[in-house]
Amino acid sequence: MDPIRVIVQNCVGCGLCVKACPYDAVALTGPVGAREGKPSAVIDLGKCTLCGACVEACKRYGAIVITRTTYKGQDVTKFSGICVYAEHRLGRLASVVPEIIGAARELKKDLDEPVSAILVGKDVREHASELLSYGVDEVWMIDNPGIGDFDEDVQSELVAQILLEKKPGIFLGGGTVVGRSLLPRVAAKILTGLTADCTELAIDPATRFLRQTRPAFGGNIMATILTQNHRPQMATVRHKVMTPAVRVSSPTGKVVELNYIPVPKTKLEFLEFVEEKTSTVNLVEADVIVSGGRGIKDPKNFELIEKLAMATNGAVGASRAAVDAGWIPYSHQVGQTGKTVKPKVYIACGISGAIQHLAGMKGADMIIAINSDPHAPIFDVAHYGIVGDLFQVVPELIRRLEAGG
Amino acid sequence: MKVIVCIKQVPDTTNVRINPETNTLVREGVQSIINPFDVYAIEEAVRIREKHGGTVTVITMGPPQAAEALREAISLGADNVFLVSDRAFAGADTLATAYALSCAVRKLDGADIILMGRQAIDGDTGQVGPGVAENLGVSHVTDIRKIEEIKDGRIVVERLLEDGYARIAARLPVVLTVVKEINIPRLPSLKGKLAARKAEIPVLKAADIGADLQRLGLNGSPTQVMKIFTPPKPSGGKKFTGEPAHTVSALLSELTAAGITIRKQ
Repeated sequence: MDPIRVIVQNCVGCGLCVKACPYDAVALTGPVGAREGKPSAVIDLGKCTLCGACVEACKRYGAIVITRTTYKGQDVTKFSGICVYAEHRLGRLASVVPEIIGAARELKKDLDEPVSAILVGKDVREHASELLSYGVDEVWMIDNPGIGDFDEDVQSELVAQILLEKKPGIFLGGGTVVGRSLLPRVAAKILTGLTADCTELAIDPATRFLRQTRPAFGGNIMATILTQNHRPQMATVRHKVMTPAVRVSSPTGKVVELNYIPVPKTKLEFLEFVEEKTSTVNLVEADVIVSGGRGIKDPKNFELIEKLAMATNGAVGASRAAVDAGWIPYSHQVGQTGKTVKPKVYIACGISGAIQHLAGMKGADMIIAINSDPHAPIFDVAHYGIVGDLFQVVPELIRRLEAGG
Repeated sequence: MKVIVCIKQVPDTTNVRINPETNTLVREGVQSIINPFDVYAIEEAVRIREKHGGTVTVITMGPPQAAEALREAISLGADNVFLVSDRAFAGADTLATAYALSCAVRKLDGADIILMGRQAIDGDTGQVGPGVAENLGVSHVTDIRKIEEIKDGRIVVERLLEDGYARIAARLPVVLTVVKEINIPRLPSLKGKLAARKAEIPVLKAADIGADLQRLGLNGSPTQVMKIFTPPKPSGGKKFTGEPAHTVSALLSELTAAGITIRKQ
């Protein structure tokens, strides 16, 4: 049986499903259904991803059904607690960690289950106290000199072992390069669901399942995802979206050492880490970002963007158009296929505001747009916009800033 | 050196627009393309072959029309292609996709290096690469911006991180996901285009790759989409027009009033 079907006698041919489908997989080309003269919906299984948008749209008529063979998941009642992955390297906890703990503590309010953190590595005891100070109830720690900072194969195996033993209901990691590499490996080991790069997490009031909401299609649509029959419910959380946990004055949590879990040998060999911490590249942590796009017109003109970045002590960003044109390296790219940033101020110069770009910067506290096209979509998300030629506006802005204005 | 590249056919989201009145996706004229990151993976595979000899095999899991993406892969230099396609794969999330692809790789007797793009631009998860590696029991390294060296069953790569890059060595076989910095893909050759047009695209079905049906498609997918919605359209803020001297002044006084300083302290 096909996993998705149209019940022709219920279908009124209204076309709501056609509009709802993000994949263009539904058409009104079937036999006449419930309403005379109206062809029923037909689903192209080649295009359909079974996302369920049409089922939702057709609630009133119930003419589209998805049939899922319930398969032997786990006994979900045996799992409880909200666990976070304490990513760290080179002696520092990742800046996303307080954010995930913040999200976990928010979930705790609705779920009333403890918040734990998994910490594996060498010489990580200090991180354990830092985690407790963020209000974590338990730190599950393996402190072993055999675990290198970059040994993701070993780390993922240990994380999987801890999850199998401790059975948390939810496991969250950062949507960082490491988090998005390690958690999928863990999920594939313990065969559970993982949702990437969530921007919103909530507990479903009726089922108490974790509602994991994330952008797809470059932020064009949002999807809310559930992991019903498998535990833990795993998600990576987009950096700079959740509010970091506030430190508690007197931590009450405890550290549980799990050093009896054997540490396997890594198959990877870490050679060196090269920090690229020029003020212009460290976009993710910058307070001010000045970005240039197609309107810059020529690689030489990026000097203007750099000058404004200097005047604001900011970092230099770029749209995909500017990077694809070869005007500036990929490491500066902001957007869906580049970096996600959340500075205090984002100044977009000559950037039209394609949805892919917006996906990477709309979390900025304040957005200022400079563009000659008054209808550019960037103005829809900007708090302040200047309509004008950036080659006149930006020099004027630099002049005023340097003059102390 | 045997290299397998896993690619995905995706809608070209750079051309996706939002209808401002209905706030829904405008899909007309949106073409299917090879996921842009995967094009870099194909190019890197071809470069490995040029340097070390061997073959480049490109596979994709998808509906019958994904054969077009494989034809394009041939024009870009692939020696062999396989379309992993079966109704049993429909509705697969990243766990089920990684499982199916790893079964296909096994069926093809594995590879020294398995390459893919860091993420697909429709789903943006980046989860399939590490999942394939786990299923095959081999190492993986994500976000590779450079392959420095392949020698004596060992590969040295540069991995792009938020604050720099790490040089890492791995034993073959290995799964690598690549970022755009890794190369500049060449355009299809005329010879390649001709070969692509003539090529028969072999299809691997679920039974061919020896997959456990319980772990495929919707049934093998622990995650379920509960709801899809369009984010509310933002309304925009204050817009200044006119002479730069005037608009910049207006902006700066607004910022001052809001208590924000952008001037370097």
